[in-house]
Amino acid sequence: MKKTFVTAVAAMMVAAPAMADLVFPSLSYRTGPYAAGGIPFADGFADYFTVLNERDGGIGGEPIRMIECETGYNTEKGVECYEATKGEGALVYQPLSTGITYQLIPKTTADGIPMHTLGYGRTSAANGNVFSHTFNYPANYWDGASGAINHILEINDGNIEGKRIALVYHNSAYGKEPIRTLEELQKKHGFELTLLPVDHPGQEQKSQWLQIRRERPDYVVMWGWGVMNQVAIQEAANVRFPMENFIGIWWSGGDHDVLPAGAASDGYKALAFHNVGDDYPLYDDIQKYVVDAGKAAGAGDQIGTVVYNRGLYAAMLTAEAAKEAQKIHGVSTLTPAMMRDGLEALSMTEERMIGLGMPNFGPTFEASCENHGGGGRVGVVQWDAESKSWSLISDFKPTDSELIGALIEADSAAYAAENNIEPQCK
Amino acid sequence: MFYREAGDFKTSYSADNQTFPIRFDRYRYYLVLFVAFLVIPFIINDYWASAILLPFLIYAIAAIGLNILVGYCGQLSLGTGGFMAVGAYACYKFMTSFPDINIFFHVLFSGGVTAIVCVIFGLPSLRIKGFYLAVATLAAQFFLVWLFNRVPWFYNYSASGQINAPERTVFGIEVTGPNTEAWAVYLFCLVFLVGSAIIARNLTRGMTGRKWMAIRDMDIAAEIIGVNPLTAKLSAFAISGFFIGISGALFFSVYLGAVEVGEAFGINKSFLVVFMIIIGGLGSIFGSFAGAAFLVLLPVLLKNVLVGGLGWPTDTAAHFEFLIVGALIIVFLIMEPHGLAQLWRVAKEKLRLWPFPH
Repeated sequence: MKKTFVTAVAAMMVAAPAMADLVFPSLSYRTGPYAAGGIPFADGFADYFTVLNERDGGIGGEPIRMIECETGYNTEKGVECYEATKGEGALVYQPLSTGITYQLIPKTTADGIPMHTLGYGRTSAANGNVFSHTFNYPANYWDGASGAINHILEINDGNIEGKRIALVYHNSAYGKEPIRTLEELQKKHGFELTLLPVDHPGQEQKSQWLQIRRERPDYVVMWGWGVMNQVAIQEAANVRFPMENFIGIWWSGGDHDVLPAGAASDGYKALAFHNVGDDYPLYDDIQKYVVDAGKAAGAGDQIGTVVYNRGLYAAMLTAEAAKEAQKIHGVSTLTPAMMRDGLEALSMTEERMIGLGMPNFGPTFEASCENHGGGGRVGVVQWDAESKSWSLISDFKPTDSELIGALIEADSAAYAAENNIEPQCK
Repeated sequence: MFYREAGDFKTSYSADNQTFPIRFDRYRYYLVLFVAFLVIPFIINDYWASAILLPFLIYAIAAIGLNILVGYCGQLSLGTGGFMAVGAYACYKFMTSFPDINIFFHVLFSGGVTAIVCVIFGLPSLRIKGFYLAVATLAAQFFLVWLFNRVPWFYNYSASGQINAPERTVFGIEVTGPNTEAWAVYLFCLVFLVGSAIIARNLTRGMTGRKWMAIRDMDIAAEIIGVNPLTAKLSAFAISGFFIGISGALFFSVYLGAVEVGEAFGINKSFLVVFMIIIGGLGSIFGSFAGAAFLVLLPVLLKNVLVGGLGWPTDTAAHFEFLIVGALIIVFLIMEPHGLAQLWRVAKEKLRLWPFPH
């Protein structure tokens, strides 16, 4: 015990020497009120790298070393994890928490380490001109807000004048993200928006749903995470709100979110920026190299769920960006600066996804120096309680890029002015 | 053996009443200060600063503040998280509204603002006591968090409701923002901690502190011997609020850099600081340090041993961390209900006599 203590302290004192491996830290949360979403994501993220290590011997011949660090969705622990893994040669950070992202944006930029926030974090980071080390492709929250409204428009044949839409949101930086976009869209399309904040962690939502029962909005859009989702869907069932008019953001569309409500959750919709299910050639490899080899991360019971797929998708984009970086710089060992170039040069095409055994797994997009946000194309999935499965009912479609682009421009310009940032793209 | 007290005579009242009357203790204190100011800044790295020392220093200030209120004046408060939020948001507003004034003064002013808010919420203490007062301060906790979430003026109308610390310097060296050096932020917080501890120590052993303790021990008796409960209680709230405000300001500006009120200053924070002073020792400045160290350092240490040393999965380690810290709290409180400070006091008495206890 004493010896381990000494080694641990020694390990903390001496920054580990730069290893030849490709180091990808996984700031996960397998405990706390958000663990329901954190576990499948962390499992998927880890399993994809296990497949690459076992099947291909890593990326470009370099083995991958994934360091997992438990944050509990807590910013203080997030800082600890960041500082602890930074010295290990971390190539890219994926904190899976909007709060931790806000904290790490200036830090990672100062340390020159890229950060990829897949469908979360600060939306205006899509403007690569200002946020040089932050990437949030393939879609961001404002795309999500616009995607939800587009879906409602589609159902109503393009006219939602006078419709009432309620936003049930986690009362935090994460949940507040879509408000500005929805307010702009409200002006454009003429619907009425009601805001219903739910406080952390979200177990108590009786009053919000009572208000929904009283006011009977036509649609409810939700920005929830963790235990909040299950409670909201259960409450919606209790007040007999029609599920097909209830649309969650992608973080509110996991299997664990709808299962507790049983048959009552049938028809619930969620937005998506990647596909669902396990009908992909990649899953054969996961079965062969991970599950059968006994190397599955966590309990191994999350394989094939929506958020697990999202973990796979995050890891896949990271691995592809690493390949790009190796190609650009012509070396197999990477530094964070090279990894940043790789992330910026990433272009996802259908051929590429087919080659990886993940056909139509996500939208196609192309990143560039200015564009760190991808194409912003958003799909819709719907839950079938009978067969306990999600299905993509609306393919990845473009969102209101004109409106969102202007908002991103304004917000990132404010950030640049506040922090004296020069545009990085020539 | 350790304490050689022979020949250590006191010839004046002030010598007799100094904080460290024993010579050995005094030298030890100077040594700690020497190491803290002149050794650690040269060997510190980012991990030690951000993950270990900064939280310890900042929580120690908060614990000193709460200890004045609860430990010395006997007014139970569960509003620490909310008061830290006042400090943080005051600091943010000062930093963005008056960018030309030094951050050092911003932190002090934030302490002042928090002191005023704390006095307002301390007013009920004149009528209600004990657990009822705890509930009143709990209301402060929830109200303040709600307020900072609700009124956009406090977060300068930013879309996300987050506050971000802009870059600020002291003597041309950055202490907030992303480009800070580990030693600079460490020293900045250390100066505040040492200052707070010295002020708190001298207040608590002077007339103000004795009034507080009189109120704590029996308020009616205190009133009969001429202690004004109004000034005693409210001064305890004000001074406690001042320190808690400073810690909140540092917590936001130097340590985290970006803060969201519900997550960073929730009810958990209030409980955490209360646990610190209970475990450390109520009514003891050293206890505030010990409690903060126990609750900040132990989880990090356990994590490093379990995950880094033994290679456990992170979730199992996180669960065991709770178990071990919880069990240790219970063990300590059963062994020594007066906290780590009392444990230290007993150990010191033994050491002074050792090896001839009779």
